Amino acid sequence: MTLGGDCRNCRLMLAYALRRVLQSFLVLLVVGLVAFSMFRFVGDPVDNLLGQERTQEDIERVRADLGLDDPFLVQYWTFLKKAATGDFGLSYRQARPVGDIIAERAPATLELALVSGTMAIFFGVVLGIFTAIRRDGWVANVIMSTSLIGVSLPTFLIGILLIYLFSVELGWLPSFGRGEVVDLGWWTTGFLTASGLKALILPSITLGLYQMTLIMRLVRSEMLEVLRADYIRFARARGLREKSVNFRHALKNTLVPVITVTGLQLGSIIAFAIITETVFQWPGVGLLFINAIQFVDIPVMAAYLMLISVMFVGINLVVDLLYFAIDPRLRADRTKAH
Amino acid sequence: MSDPVLSIRDLTVEIPTRGGLLRPVDQVSYDIAKGEILGVVGESGAGKSMAGNAVIGLLNRPAKITGGEIWLNGTRIDKLQGENMRRLRGKDIGMVFQDPLTSLNPLLTIGDQLTETMLQHLSITQTEARKRAIAALEEVGIPAASERLDSYPHEFSGGMRQRVVIALALCAEPSLIIADEPTTALDVSVQAQIIALLKRLCRDRGTAVMLITHDMGVIAETADRVAVMYAGRLAELGPVREVITAPEHPYTDGLMGSTPLASKGLKRLRQIPGSMPRLTAMPTGCAFHPRCPKAQDICRHDPRPRRDGGRAACHFPITHSAEETA
Ligand SMILES: Nc1ncnc2c1ncn2[C@@H]1O[C@H](COP(=O)(O)OP(=O)(O)OP(=O)(O)O)[C@@H](O)[C@H]1O
Ligand SMILES: [Mg+2]
Repeated sequence: MTLGGDCRNCRLMLAYALRRVLQSFLVLLVVGLVAFSMFRFVGDPVDNLLGQERTQEDIERVRADLGLDDPFLVQYWTFLKKAATGDFGLSYRQARPVGDIIAERAPATLELALVSGTMAIFFGVVLGIFTAIRRDGWVANVIMSTSLIGVSLPTFLIGILLIYLFSVELGWLPSFGRGEVVDLGWWTTGFLTASGLKALILPSITLGLYQMTLIMRLVRSEMLEVLRADYIRFARARGLREKSVNFRHALKNTLVPVITVTGLQLGSIIAFAIITETVFQWPGVGLLFINAIQFVDIPVMAAYLMLISVMFVGINLVVDLLYFAIDPRLRADRTKAH
Repeated sequence: MSDPVLSIRDLTVEIPTRGGLLRPVDQVSYDIAKGEILGVVGESGAGKSMAGNAVIGLLNRPAKITGGEIWLNGTRIDKLQGENMRRLRGKDIGMVFQDPLTSLNPLLTIGDQLTETMLQHLSITQTEARKRAIAALEEVGIPAASERLDSYPHEFSGGMRQRVVIALALCAEPSLIIADEPTTALDVSVQAQIIALLKRLCRDRGTAVMLITHDMGVIAETADRVAVMYAGRLAELGPVREVITAPEHPYTDGLMGSTPLASKGLKRLRQIPGSMPRLTAMPTGCAFHPRCPKAQDICRHDPRPRRDGGRAACHFPITHSAEETA
């Protein structure tokens, strides 16, 4: 029952957020364990660092430096402490701090993910609503049929087709790379130059198309479901305008379930970026990871794994909190649960 | 008597299907006067809801009004389309649905839903609408109405939610309320309260009510007149007391026989043998003849019996002695 006011909701929200943050940390600890295990069990780090000509002394020294003789838990703890500060050691291949390498590459991937994620959500939601409201119109039917292509074609094929059409045949857009980027010191951006923006178009379409289609189909089916609900009939029976029925009463209810899936999709955009970055030779962390696998560059792989999981967990956290903010029933259930 | 609020004449609703044209409402006529409560009863599938939905213009496709007329306060409304019909809904015709748990939008506060409806139909300000929303909630018996205005539907019990639904249906002061089984989904203990509330509010305002229900007990206590529907057709229409104590249509008679009614004492319940015909397999002549103990040849052939002047649409209405009717 109402104890009155927003403040109660604030406190509830805070308690809920704290719990979710804690859970997120647990997840990261587990992923950290996996990443850490790669160091220990895939290849021999001493081999990797010292090469063929080495003395027993060298080996002892490196083992001591790396703390390889410490108990497992102590090593894990040291790894975590360093990881938290972005220190994953030196790349085996480039012999530079992995943190620096990732920091150089992350902006490319994040900008790509941001653009394609925004596109996927925007067009996915708009087209989903449109095809639900006009479900018998021919435009909606054409969109729905075309969208089947979006889900069924593999990402790399879409990328190659786009390159063929817009780069090779028409010559409008670049087929690889980021174009000119502006260095802001801590970040390099392609948003500020024409060539940077042009270079973003094809990769973001390639990366976002699948997610957009998925979001669109999801929004459509949820919206159709909601439009059949009793409260929508009742809203119509009270003479509310179609606009209000569709966008005030139906849309909000549609978005509650859509938010979860969309959040997960955004997480997978960053993971899927590996393929798109390979097709377009996009200098992001995905490409870095693919190269790292070829050279068994464990520190880079571990750092990538951690980065991706931080993103996933972060997005999940935001989604859960959004959920909480939108749906009053959730707030009530929490009150009862405690 | 003054002009009726609602007057439907030979209303027919049809659904085209692959198996042919179905007629869930077939030439139904009745009036509801100002302040009058008309009970509409009949088995499941008799077409009660379909007739109500036709009046408020909310038939689900592919069902369509294909014949007859609907008049509301002297204006013909069955031909109204889109915006013109929308403006009547809520303003002139209110509707109460069966399930209060699903009738309210879970993500909007009840205050939001009330004020939005009022602002849609009345030229008042937001503050005025809020004031009226509180008054409306008080009227339907929600305690501490001004505090509950910002609550969400899930914070109310089923009975309280149905009160909110009634407040919503009445908030723009419509002249007709269609209540489609307003208590079926509720606890038995609150059913009577909700019916009493609906009755009081409509009497106070002179609202005409179409009360659709399975429950003859509710009809007996609440309605002024009753319309008995069978397979999309009107079997009998008349004042409640007369129809209950002295039914003229054999179907009504059977229906009363199978309803335990306190006023009739503890008679053994009679069951009508057989079941209502499906719309895809309607018999010729009177739809009830396959189950009717009094059926004759004439009942099996078209044209079917009509309710000309009398209460029942039957070739052989049951006659009652004066003492039975009393
Ligand atoms: N889309 C449809 N296609 C075919 N038949 C339909 C369709 N919609 C409704 N019907 C039929 O129309 C008839 C009338 O239904 P209606 O909902 O009006 O019955 P009702 O008297 O309100 O019953 P209940 O008491 O169960 O609510 C039913 O026999 C139903 O099967
Ligand atoms: Mg019904």
